This record gives sequence, structure tokens and C-alpha cells, in this order.
Amino acid sequence: MSAPRLDVDCLTVRFGGLAAVDDVSFSVAPGTVHGLIGPNGAGKTTTFNLICGLIAPTGGAIRLDGRRIDALPSWGRAQLGLARTFQNIRMFNDMSVLETLMTGMHANLAESLLASLLRLPSFRHAERAAIDKAWALIDFVGLTEAAHRRSGDLPYGDQRRLEIARALAGEPRLLLLDEPAAGMNPSETQALEALLETLKGRGVSMLLVEHDMRFVMRLCDQITVLNFGRKISEGSPREVRADPLVVEAYLGAKVARSLEAPP
Amino acid sequence: MPEFLDDFLFTYQTLIYALGVNGLLALSMYVVLALGQLSLGQAAFMGLGAYVSALLTVKLGLPFPLVLLAAMLAPALAALCVGAPTLRLSGVYLALATIGLGEVQRIFFINSELTGGALGLSGIPTKGGLISIYGSLALALIAFAFVARSKIGRAMEAMREDELAAGALGVDLPAYKLGALVVSAMLAGLAGALNAHVSSFISPNDYGFDAAVTILSFALLGGIGSPFGPVLGAFILTLLPEVLRPLADYKTVVNGSIIVLAVIFMPRGLLAWRMGRAGAATGRPK
Repeated sequence: MSAPRLDVDCLTVRFGGLAAVDDVSFSVAPGTVHGLIGPNGAGKTTTFNLICGLIAPTGGAIRLDGRRIDALPSWGRAQLGLARTFQNIRMFNDMSVLETLMTGMHANLAESLLASLLRLPSFRHAERAAIDKAWALIDFVGLTEAAHRRSGDLPYGDQRRLEIARALAGEPRLLLLDEPAAGMNPSETQALEALLETLKGRGVSMLLVEHDMRFVMRLCDQITVLNFGRKISEGSPREVRADPLVVEAYLGAKVARSLEAPP
Repeated sequence: MPEFLDDFLFTYQTLIYALGVNGLLALSMYVVLALGQLSLGQAAFMGLGAYVSALLTVKLGLPFPLVLLAAMLAPALAALCVGAPTLRLSGVYLALATIGLGEVQRIFFINSELTGGALGLSGIPTKGGLISIYGSLALALIAFAFVARSKIGRAMEAMREDELAAGALGVDLPAYKLGALVVSAMLAGLAGALNAHVSSFISPNDYGFDAAVTILSFALLGGIGSPFGPVLGAFILTLLPEVLRPLADYKTVVNGSIIVLAVIFMPRGLLAWRMGRAGAATGRPK
């Protein structure tokens, strides 16, 4: 088995007496989609925030391609190749779609202050290359018509695609998606699923926190189930679905039945 | 120089200098606001530059370029001392700390013999003038316009719009905030030094809280979508009292009303235009 892209090792965080995440371990293999699920209050979002650096852990380790990242601030982790999207979309409203994607390339774009001030050839080439790359991404996520529009004016589904494209612009090693299907209508969800499928086909590693169970079951290679801050199950969608602990803790009889029915 | 121009310059000399100096101060405010921070220390940085430069000229007789350099480095150092601990926090801490810096510095200038106490420093020899003031303004404006259309300009706007998202893209938030504050302090210090050497007299109360708020209003009135907005705001707010002079006692009322109306009806400033952020043509590649 290849070395894990992301390795979460005995991760714990306590808020006062409450262990919001309690000794959780899992790993994401390169090129796979890993799901993180659990009922409300299970610690999914806390785990997510621990991984991307918004909360400091009380104990445990997080490694990206074998390198400890748990002491780094969020921008340090992003510079090492950890990209994320937000549950409540966070746009740079006044920027055009194209400018937003160029901003997404921040960590990889070699432009010194001096070169920018003097408009040196190295600066011009870097900007031109960034613009070309932004266009390729725009076409890839299907925002061609909107390239020069103000990103704050886009419809919700397009903003979600733009946010994913912005995260991809930095050519991340791992893409963290925080409930990407939240608030979407069925056709938007379908389009999103197709996009993520394509990414998966291109070998992008992803960690997905999501409430929409059909979505998770169809997309993920591996799933980790949390409840009350602890890991209660792990495995392929089929295995997790069949785990009585999961059914009891999370899915409930009604959802379990609906999953058995062919989609 | 033709005679009428000579007369014009002589009559309006003070105003013409003030326009340029205030333009520089507006830009020093812009660079901090552009990434979503609020500093109320611009007047203090300006005062520090003014005093350092005046003392170096009067007491040591150093050459003017060297004096200007020192007048930029001293506020930069002050900005580092205030910024490094406060910029790790988010919110209003920078604004509070910079107000504090301004007051401490004012009290120091009032009480120190070196700086002439409350009477201030007078008899500062005239140096520089039109070329150094407007040359600095033009250079700063061009530099800011270039930086706005680069990776750095994009990162700054991203921080202003959503700091969390900017950090998630790898923007080193504390480094950017501190860098902007230091650049801002250097510009304000330069403006202070240039001003001190054309007005021959400086005193501690020129650089108090009132001045800090006036500098902030330059940028807010003009708009921060591009570096040109704050300079426009500075020009208008410097000219307005002169234009309104015939109104005598009602001058400040009308002046204030114009600012209030502008802020209410033009929340993005008089120049609402937002500068693009790409450093090359954004057309689709052939």
C-alpha cells in the first residue's frame, strides 16, 4: 500500500472538559476520495478545522505526505498543498471569476515585489501563464461565459464551482471539501457530483465532509464515521452501510431502507 | 517661468504643497485599508518623520536625501514595534494601539526639550518643494497601481474581502499586514518630512487624533477601489475649505455636510471604480 497523502493520528481536541474530537485516526490514500460522516455534533467540522489549521489540537499528529503540519498556521498548510472549500461559500465578491482563480494560485506564483514594481519580463510571463491557466480552469468547471463577471453576482451553484476551481488553482495535494452539496437543489447537486467525479478521474485526492448520504456513498472510496467525537466505523461505502453500529448511531432505520432501494 | 505662473505659485504656494503632502498621506492610509486593516497612527507616523527630519537638518545639517531616508526609517521602526504584537490579533486592536502610539508620541514631543516642547520646532530651513513633493506622490501612485495589478494586490483584496479564505489560499496574513503597515508608516513619515521642510515650523498638536481622522477621511471619501481614489479625496478635502472661504462662519458646517452626504450616498467613495487585479491582458489565450 502506498504512503498516505493525509495521515491523521490519534487526533484529540478538548474544549474544557469536552473532548470534541477524541483519539481519531484515519488516513487518505493518494488519488482517493475519503468521506467523513456522522450525525450532527459528531465532530466532523471540528476535525475538518483541525486539519486545515483553524483550531489547534490538544494532542495527536497530522501529516501531509509524511510531513507534520499540525503546528503550522492555515496559510502554511495551504502553501504545502492543502486546499479547502467552505460550507458557507466564501467569495471575493468584487473580483471577477478570472481574478479569483489567479488569487487561488497565490502560493505557487513566483512574482517578487521588485519584479512587480518594475514590470520585469519575469513578472509579465508569470501573469500571462497565470491567466492562461485560469482560462483552462474556467473552461474545465464550465464558467466560460462568466469569466469576466463579478464573482459575487454569480448564482449559488456557479459560486460553488468557482470556489472548487479556486482551490484547484493552487494544484493542491489534497482537496478538503466542507459540505459542498449543502444548500444545493437536485440539479446543482448532480452537476457538482459530475465535477467531483471528473476530478477523481484525474487523480485529485479529496477529503469530503457531507450530509447528503447518496452523494457520499456514490463518490467516496473510503468512509470514516464519527459519533460523539470518536471514530465508530471505517471502510468502503458498502462496509460502512452494513455496519450495525453505523446504522444504529447515524443512519436510522428510515435512511437505511432508502439506501437499499436502487437510486 | 512666465510671470503669471510665478505669481500663481507664490500666492497659492502653501495650498499647492498641502495638496501634495495630503495626497501622500491619503496613500499611506490606502495601503492599510486596502487589506482590511484600520490604523489611526498615520498622523503619528507623519509627526515622527517630521520631527526626525527637522532635527537632523537643524542640529546635524545632514543632506536632504539622507534626512528623508531617516524620516522614513524611524516610523517604519515604530510601525514594526506596534504592529508585530497587535497584528496577530484580528479586529480593532491595531486601531487602538496606533491611537495609543500617537498620544504617547504627542506627550513626549510636548515634554521633551530636544523637540522644543509645546512650542515646537521653528526655523526649519526650506528644502525640497514642488518637485520632491509631487515627484514622491507620482512615484508612490505608480508603484501602488502596479502592485495592485499583481499577486500582491490580489492577495490584499482577498484579505479585505475574506481573511479566512485568503489564509486558506496560502496568503501569509501577519506578514502582509505588517508589511502594509510598515510601507504606510514610511510614506507618512516622508510626507511629514517634506511638509516640515516647506512650512518651516512644526508643533506636537499638528499630529494628534484630529489629524489621524482627517487622513482617514481622505481615503474613505475618495474610495479605496484604486490608489487614485484616496488622492482624489485628499485633493477635494484640502481644497474644500478654500473654496468655501466666502461662507465664513458657515464654512465648517457645509464642509462637514458634504462629507456626511458623500459617505451616505457614495459608500464606495467618490471614485467607486475598482482597479483590475491582473498584470497582463486577461483575454482568452489564442
